[in-house]
Amino acid sequence: MAFREGPFGDVKVPLAWTAAVALIIAAIVAFTLLANDRRGTFKTQAYGVTRQAVDTVVAPVGGVLSAPIEWTGSAVNYVTGYFGAISENRRLKRELTEMRQWRDVAVALKDRNERLEAALGLRTEPPIPMATARVVLDSRGPFANSRLADAGSDAGIVVGNPVMSDRGLLGRIVGVSPHISRVLMLTDVASRVPVLIDRTNARAILAGDGAGNPKLDYLRGRDALRQGDRVLTSGDGGVFPRGLPVGVAYKALDGKWRVVLSADASSIDFVRILKFNDFSQLADEKALAPGPVPPMTTEDPRALVDANPVPTTPIQPGAKPKPAATTTPKPKPAAPKPAAAKPAAPKPATTTATPKPKPAEAPAPAKVPY
Amino acid sequence: MSRAAQPLDPLRWLGVPALLCIAASVVFATPLKVFGLQLPEPVFAMVPAFAWAVIRPSVLAPFVLLAMGVFLDALWGTPLGLWALSLITAYAGVLATRSMMSGQSSVVTWFWYAGVTALAMFAGYCFTVMTAQAAPAGVVIFWQFLWTIILYPFAHRLIDRFEDADVRFR
Repeated sequence: MAFREGPFGDVKVPLAWTAAVALIIAAIVAFTLLANDRRGTFKTQAYGVTRQAVDTVVAPVGGVLSAPIEWTGSAVNYVTGYFGAISENRRLKRELTEMRQWRDVAVALKDRNERLEAALGLRTEPPIPMATARVVLDSRGPFANSRLADAGSDAGIVVGNPVMSDRGLLGRIVGVSPHISRVLMLTDVASRVPVLIDRTNARAILAGDGAGNPKLDYLRGRDALRQGDRVLTSGDGGVFPRGLPVGVAYKALDGKWRVVLSADASSIDFVRILKFNDFSQLADEKALAPGPVPPMTTEDPRALVDANPVPTTPIQPGAKPKPAATTTPKPKPAAPKPAAAKPAAPKPATTTATPKPKPAEAPAPAKVPY
Repeated sequence: MSRAAQPLDPLRWLGVPALLCIAASVVFATPLKVFGLQLPEPVFAMVPAFAWAVIRPSVLAPFVLLAMGVFLDALWGTPLGLWALSLITAYAGVLATRSMMSGQSSVVTWFWYAGVTALAMFAGYCFTVMTAQAAPAGVVIFWQFLWTIILYPFAHRLIDRFEDADVRFR
């Protein structure tokens, strides 16, 4: 039985008012969703069930839709490759000759670098494992720039992993489902990446604003940047490893420094996800909890005299320091002493022996847990 | 009871356009580059948001817009609720002005559609500034606005098809 033929058929509902009430309720629901959104956080659960469900449903559709596009692209590449094979062969031979020279330079530099690192006892970063994924959907609007890649938590990907193309940095992972992950692009309005200028080592923040070329904010130093300078990730904050190529700086028409992203020049079909654990994931929060501050200790007798202003006889040059040094506070510091390196502070002036410079011990390369 | 006075079938005037908009949004989100240029990203949901309010006030339409907006937010990666609230703002703007603008020529209605689209974009701009603490570039917003107002013929077609279905609100 139709509604209008029933007992309520003659009831006149003020539709305009009812529609207005419905509109207000819908607006309140939307506003509540917006106010509770936690897109920018690093917590996996912040990504939300709604987003995971939509990603899981939409990603296969995007994969199916993008398949004919990839086939067309492959066919075009095949045809152009066939007709341009000779000229491309000549160009590649020229490049190969040039690259061989660079290879010799690189091998020599790598060897020298390794020896210097060993001599200084530097903690070198281990190679970072990677996963390759195919981009199935892409959003390019002013309010969001992100991509869906068809590899997720089952491939070991976690929120915060950096994402690269074959030329440079693209962004980082902000949401993970079992088989899908969402990449926040460097151009997104919410993206902030600490970078450095390769030539001057100056630091800046790469800030996206929805446009194709993100801007450089908080640039420090005079003459820190020139047109064409290479921009790399600085590694500050620990979210990205240091030294990933980002792009080339240029001065835009609005007078701001912007970066032409290296990743723009490459294909957008496939991405590489670096399984790099940032410091916030590695840190043990319990160990970082604030504890009691150990008392101050020093080997400089003058500092102790200043701390205990007892009118004692002045220290004679050449004499050994009085047992004032034994006035070290009773509660011993709980902080363990460094195992390898002894303090390089000069001994008190009272000692007559000439300080012999100890050869720097090269400690065994520490194992970084990532 | 005449046929014109019967209520509209919600599936036909709300369901089908909503599904078409969702499908179009997914298709335009494919990572396609033609001669180095990517596909545009118009807001297809602006078409029903405008047309539904012009056809007649409805109880269901705001909730369908809410669902479409949430889907767009999840698809594009914007904060959940941003496009939902922007679309509802545009819908409310059309409802508030429909008594003045209904029955005007197509050109005037196109300008009306452009104005409402600008209102939705401005709402999206404000919500983005609030949530991301940063302002999106104006030129990118303008491009999306331009691609969206080109879709007006679809809104005109939807209005033409259903505006005589309920004569109480003509």
